[in-house]
Parts: sequence; C-alpha cells; structure tokens
Amino acid sequence: MTAPSRQTACSWLARAAAVLTLVGLAGGVTTALAASQNGIVRPSSEPSTPSLELGRQLFSANCASCHGIAGEGISRPRIGAGVVPGAGPPLQGVGALAADFYLRTGFMPLAGIHDEPANHPVQFTPTEIASMTAFVASLGKGPGILHPEVRRGNVSRGFQLFTEDCAGCHQSLGRGGYVTGARVPPLQGIDASEIAEAVRIGPYLMPRFPASQISESQLASIVRYVLTTNKPDNRGGWSIGNLGPIPEGMVAWLAALLLGVSCLAVSRRLRS
Amino acid sequence: MSRPPSGESRPGRGRRAIGWLLAAVAIFYGRLRRRRRERDGEDAEHRVHVSSPPPPGHVAPHPEPDSSAELLVAALLLLAALFAAGFVVVYAVFSPGSMPNQLLGACIAGSLLFLAAALVVVARRLVASEEIAEDYPREDPEAQEEIAQLVRDSAGGITRRKLLIGAASTAGGALGLAGLAPVLSLGPLWDTRPLDATPWRRGRRLVGVDGKPLRASAIEEETFYSAFAEGWDQEDISSLLVVVRLQPSALKLPRGRESWAPYGILAYSRICTHAGCAINLYRKPRFPVTEPRPALVCPCHYSTFDPADGARVIFGPAGRPLPQLPLMIDVNGYLAAAGDLSGRVGPAWWGVREQPA
Repeated sequence: MTAPSRQTACSWLARAAAVLTLVGLAGGVTTALAASQNGIVRPSSEPSTPSLELGRQLFSANCASCHGIAGEGISRPRIGAGVVPGAGPPLQGVGALAADFYLRTGFMPLAGIHDEPANHPVQFTPTEIASMTAFVASLGKGPGILHPEVRRGNVSRGFQLFTEDCAGCHQSLGRGGYVTGARVPPLQGIDASEIAEAVRIGPYLMPRFPASQISESQLASIVRYVLTTNKPDNRGGWSIGNLGPIPEGMVAWLAALLLGVSCLAVSRRLRS
Repeated sequence: MSRPPSGESRPGRGRRAIGWLLAAVAIFYGRLRRRRRERDGEDAEHRVHVSSPPPPGHVAPHPEPDSSAELLVAALLLLAALFAAGFVVVYAVFSPGSMPNQLLGACIAGSLLFLAAALVVVARRLVASEEIAEDYPREDPEAQEEIAQLVRDSAGGITRRKLLIGAASTAGGALGLAGLAPVLSLGPLWDTRPLDATPWRRGRRLVGVDGKPLRASAIEEETFYSAFAEGWDQEDISSLLVVVRLQPSALKLPRGRESWAPYGILAYSRICTHAGCAINLYRKPRFPVTEPRPALVCPCHYSTFDPADGARVIFGPAGRPLPQLPLMIDVNGYLAAAGDLSGRVGPAWWGVREQPA
C-alpha cells in the first residue's frame, strides 16, 4: 500500500506544483501554499473562517487538474500537472449540494480517475470544506446544501420507500453490497444531509432520484429510516450482520437443526 | 401484552418460538420412541414365554376374513382414484392462464391421503403378521415350504381379492394419469397462447406505482421508473416494466427498433429472463468517461443488461435480452405502448432461449 500512496502523493504534489505555477503566472495567487503529507495542498497561513478566496485557492490546488480551473470539467483524460491523467465532470451548476456531499464524505479527492469514490478519510477541515463548497456554488446556479426535516419523517414509510428504491443495491438495512462494476457502500455513520444529498445526486453508478420521483417529505422519511440503521433494534438479540431476513432465516434453521439433532442424541444416550 | 415499538421484534420472537417448537418436537419424538421400544420389548418377552407352538401346517395364525375392512379398503382406493381423476379434469377444464393451483394441489393431496389411508387399513386389518423367534435354519426344503405357506397364509384373510386388486389398480392408474396430465401443456393439443398473452397493445398507456399515467416529459435521465399496464393487474408479470431514459445519441438498438424509444425513453420487461426476479438495480455513470456504462441489473444473480442496446446481456447467467416494449407518446403527452413486447416475458425455459427476443 505504501508505494502507490506515495506515488499518489507525489502526483498530487506535482500536479499541485504545476497548477500553482500556472496560477502564479496568471498573477492570481499571492499567498504561499504548502503541501502536507497526504498530498493536499493548502495555504501556509489559513484564515479561521470560511471564505470564497480560500475555497478558490484550495480548488485550484487540489481539484482543478480533474475538474478544470473554472470547474468546466475535463472529458478527455489528459496528463495534467503530474504523470497521472486527470478527467472529471464539470462542476458548474452542481451547486453547494454536490460539493458538500463529496467533500464531507471523503468521496473526493480521488487518488486515480478510474477509482470508485468511497468513504475515505476526509482530507479537509470543516473551514476548508465550507470555503470550497462556497466556491463551487459560485461557479454556477445550483442547488444548496440539503437539510432534510428528519423529525417529520416516518420510519415505517421510509422503510417502505427504501425497500422499493434503495434496498436492491444497499440491502434492507443499508449494509451495502455489490452491483456489477461497483461496490455499494454501507450507509452507517453518515449524517442526514449526506444521505439526502446522495439521493439527489446519485454518486458514481447510483441512479439519482429527483423531486418528481421522491418528494421532500418522502426523502425525510427515507433519511430517518437510514439513520435508524445505525443502531437497529435487534430484538432477536443477535444481529447476524444485519444483512436481512435470508441469513437470519438460515441461521435460525441451522440452529434449530443443531438443537434437534442434539436433543435426539441426548435422548438416545439416555435410553442406552 | 405491551406492543413492541417496532416491527422487527416479531420476526425475532417468531424465530425463537420456532426454535423452541423444534426442540420440543425432537424431545417428544425421542420419548415416544423410547416408550414404544420398551413396550415392544415387553411384548417380545411375553411372546417367547407364553405363546404356544403354531399348529402344524400353519406358521401364522389364519386370520378371520374381515369383509368390512375389505370394503373399506376398496372404498378408500376408489376415493383416491376419484381425486386423481379430479386433477386430470381440472387440468383439462381450466385454461392455462387461469389454472387454479390450489384446486390441483387439493386433488393430488386428497388422492395421496386416501391411498395412504387404504394402505394403513390393509396393514392393520387385512394382512396377518406374527413375530416368531427361531434359530437360523440350515437349507431345508421343509422350512422353505413353510415360508411359502407363511406368505400364502398372510393374505389368507382376504376373500375379495379381485375387488381389492381392481380398486388398487384403478387408484394407481388414476394417480399415474394425474402425474402425466401436465405433459399435455407441452404438446400441440393445447392452446398455449394464453401463456404468452400480455396486456400490451398499441395505445395502452403506462402507469406508475400510484396508478397514474406516466407523462413522457416527466421521465428524467439517470434514474429509473417502475411502470405497469393501465387498467391491468399489477401482479401480472407481463405488465411490469422498467422505464429509463438515455441520450438518443447513445442508443444502438437492434435494427427495426429505431422508433421504439421516443426521446431516448426505453421500456423493458422488469422480469429477469434468467430466473424471473424483478430487475431493481439500475446503474448509471455519474461521469461516463471513466465509469461503466448504464445497465439494468438483476439482484438475484447479477444478470446485467445494456438498455442502450435492446437490453443485450452483458454479464451474468441470463440467456436472452429483456423483452422490449415499443413506446410512443400519445396526443396528451403520456407514454403508451406502440405494440406488444418484443419477446416472451419471464424466466428461460425449454426452447425459449432460442427465440429472438
């Protein structure tokens, strides 16, 4: 694992350096930037409050080699600043919603363009994320960060909707799984905004569900249900991975079979 | 009893209850067998000490003919035959589309039950049985004759042998016939077209889960919709559709289907052609440059179909594409069928794979 990550770090550094040079030539950046261990490039002295300017600097240094310097997107992979090709969707018009989701879940930045975005450790501080989110939102008119009214959601309705639209991939208790071509992430440990935003965006291979398909109130119910999967009420006492009724049934029947066989064995022993 | 706050507790409790029930059955069964064995042991001892030697010429006691039992057996066998014949009749009378499965099951179950009852009566009341403890014999023609006599005598209590044999062969024959009846469905004797009937005709509209007709302009890209035939049973597998929308330029539908997807809106049967599960996974790339192309995926065995290419199978065990429904947009802007589905709905079975879908 060390070699690729070091390489990734190097490429990030190299890309960041090149971007810096470009931006510097354009006379845009005056603040000194420094690279940290994980390849993230950030200003040496950062303001403590979110600002559009900080967001722009961080975007230029860490996002632009795939998404373009103005968030216009790069559709044909091209060798950017480093040796690694960069390509990514345009971000103009995606709004604060997408930036908030991808950065707070650790889906972005990606180590390589062919990687599946997943819940990686978050690379930026909350201040930085707020700044970059503001910057991405400024690229074009788009939806804002979602704040679903979880308390107005109905868990049972949410379960029903989740079963219809989500459980095919995510499993009935949101434990994740597989679809051909991708891993499906588990849904535990993420907050209400992130869940709602994922439904509206449809990250990677996931379909997106617009408001015409899942209304705001339905979304609140789904979010509320997904939040309950963090601590499911395992009345049976044993969760069996919360993978749903089929493994539970298998374990129950296996246990019953074992119990029956041992009862027979004991009774035979008692008789002889 | 307090109400549990969530629905999850019931399956948990149910499973535990089933576990206890099985354990109880196992224990009960064990004790029952022990008791029976003890009783049999006593009986055997009793016989060894008390029973008198069998009369010469008769190893087993010659049982009294029991004519009432014979009549009972004959009646039970005829009832079994009647039920089996009922199966054949039901199978012949109802059309394949509306076959009453419960009735078929009841017929077979009734037939087997009466057959079993008849055998129980034969074993208990007609066939004589005796347990005899003897030394292992050397080769002895006399002893062989004795055994033969025993076999002959064991059925000595049956007087209406012909009646019983006739009843038994009637019951057996009828059951055999019932077993063979479904073979008819394969052959040309029967009209199997109702099996292929679908609700889809030119002009029949598509409705969503809520029963409202789907407006073509409301169908968005990068997501998927469930659809059914308007005014049709939602449980009918040929009514279930999955609707997706792709860029018209991305479509490469088979020849002759160029007009089937207005504005890139596609409708396919939702029933996987492998094992008949409902397709409920739709993967679509957020960024098609680096990500896999759109696909409809079945959750059961991951059969993967390419919606842009007439639902061609691109991965998994399915043997043929999902049947496609030609779409049109009616004068009010609603999605409607422009014809019937392109192939047979449902899982693969003998011969279906070879058909063009």
